[in-house]
Amino acid sequence: MAGALAAGTQVPPGERVIDVRDLRMRYGAKDVLTGVSFAARRGEVLALLGPNGAGKTTTIEILEGFRVRSSGEVSVLGADPAGAGEAWRARVGVVLQSWRDHGKWRVRELLGHLGAYYRRYSAEARPRPWPVDDLLDVVGLTAAAGNRVSRLSGGQRRRLDVAIGIVGRPELLFLDEPTVGFDPEARREFHDLVHRLTDVDDTTVLLTTHDLDEAEKLADRILILSGGRIIADGSADELSRRVAGESEIRWTRDGRRFVHSAANPTPFVRELLLQYGDDVADLEVRRNSLEDTYMRLVHDFEGVQK
Amino acid sequence: MIETLRVGAERGFIEFRHTLTNAQDLWGYFFPSFGLLITLYFMGDAKLPGTDFSLGASTLPSSIGMLLAFGGLITIAQYLIVDREDGTLLRAKATPHGMNGYLIGKVVSTGGMTLASVLVVLVPGLFLVDGLQVDAGGILTLLWLLPFAVVATVPIGAALGSLLDNPRSFGLIMLPIFGLVAISGIFYPITALPGWLQGIAQVFPIYWLGLGMRSVLLPDAVAAVELGESWRHFETFGVLAGWAVAGLLLAPVLLRRMARRESGSAVAARRERAMNSMVR
Repeated sequence: MAGALAAGTQVPPGERVIDVRDLRMRYGAKDVLTGVSFAARRGEVLALLGPNGAGKTTTIEILEGFRVRSSGEVSVLGADPAGAGEAWRARVGVVLQSWRDHGKWRVRELLGHLGAYYRRYSAEARPRPWPVDDLLDVVGLTAAAGNRVSRLSGGQRRRLDVAIGIVGRPELLFLDEPTVGFDPEARREFHDLVHRLTDVDDTTVLLTTHDLDEAEKLADRILILSGGRIIADGSADELSRRVAGESEIRWTRDGRRFVHSAANPTPFVRELLLQYGDDVADLEVRRNSLEDTYMRLVHDFEGVQK
Repeated sequence: MIETLRVGAERGFIEFRHTLTNAQDLWGYFFPSFGLLITLYFMGDAKLPGTDFSLGASTLPSSIGMLLAFGGLITIAQYLIVDREDGTLLRAKATPHGMNGYLIGKVVSTGGMTLASVLVVLVPGLFLVDGLQVDAGGILTLLWLLPFAVVATVPIGAALGSLLDNPRSFGLIMLPIFGLVAISGIFYPITALPGWLQGIAQVFPIYWLGLGMRSVLLPDAVAAVELGESWRHFETFGVLAGWAVAGLLLAPVLLRRMARRESGSAVAARRERAMNSMVR
């Protein structure tokens, strides 16, 4: 089954912003990536999920050009990130897990300065950099524009990281666990921002997250990395359809709540309604959540491995 | 290239301003300068051995030479180590031409701060000691000596900084540098030292920067107490040029190696180690 899923969504070669084939990474005697293959098309949001130590960060660092792979073919925006130049760098945005750099700088000053590096890469279709005031507004830091970076709260700091990641109006944005430490409102705003980037700017986004709800909300496609390779590749719906699982049926009757699990919910619900008719209220049928799917896929895969 | 120089210089000026408005940084930069002023004050009427020339007047230019060497060697090394740990360097790597902009910025900001720390000693020092004398020849010497001071020390400092990846091992470069200061004729004439120590001191740039600054600020007659009874401009030029060439050959290789190794997980691992050593 894992093999069929790993074949994944087909992206025509001409549209591939990211194209990874048989990527392998070995540290000493330890194989971290054992043949990762996937592709991303322009404007797509891809979420990379997987247990800790599965190789998510290694994969993303190779694609960012921060780490040299052991073998395999990698093409990002048409170039090999291991040897791509500064013009390529200008088209890529990077938001890492945690930064604490430039503590003495003020927010507006830092965004203005880092933006200046992108000025020479401005194009008519994509003026660079992003004007600082607009950018501050987009990430909700206008009120903090004059603050020192070291004085920002955790959530503000994270939003600044995202702002720096997009100040050059990247065509491809890497986000490593972008919403850690966000409150629900900040998280919602961040999701709106990602949608805006993909809808308005046609930015391709590759993000890693541990928040499955976030992956489901944001991602067009989900990749599950486990044991050094991609064990599943598809939309949240596609993945859950491929995993045999039980649906959950909830309802209330005479003020009492009921929960039932069934592999095939249709006959059960038909029976329920025949028996009680309109007495059944608040009826809900939920297919596998992404969390169930994820746990099932990772466990099945680990079972095969052992 | 011009654009990178411009953005890098802008970065340097911003950092220079941050330092000038940060009490802790100012203290770090000016502490040696204040120490020197106090030393000069206590030297009072002491004479340079074998002459009736004021010891303070000889120490002032020597210590300016030392501050130049500190500025080039230590400051930039320190910046590289700290900026690597907090992710500033990785940020530069993630930005187009960011590494070059970063390095240009560092040269500008450390250059600015070194100049400021020299002025902090020189201006009050002029009132504390007698006998300094600058002529047209001295100014001419200064014109080649200052850029040489930068080129001979900054690349070496950067190379040192790129070798250490832990602010807590910084003592590894501080100790030998202080040792060199002690034998480089900054506070006391090098001629009073045994020959083999004189030999070691003359390999490194600190002695020559001190000598060069003495030649700028002192009357030519005082050269009589130097090694070889001359200011030895030719040798100064030669040794500093040697260090400049060595630094310029070495630094790009080491800096590139350092940059290549930067990644998010490298920064995270370093931070974890820092946290652990703090807990212990």
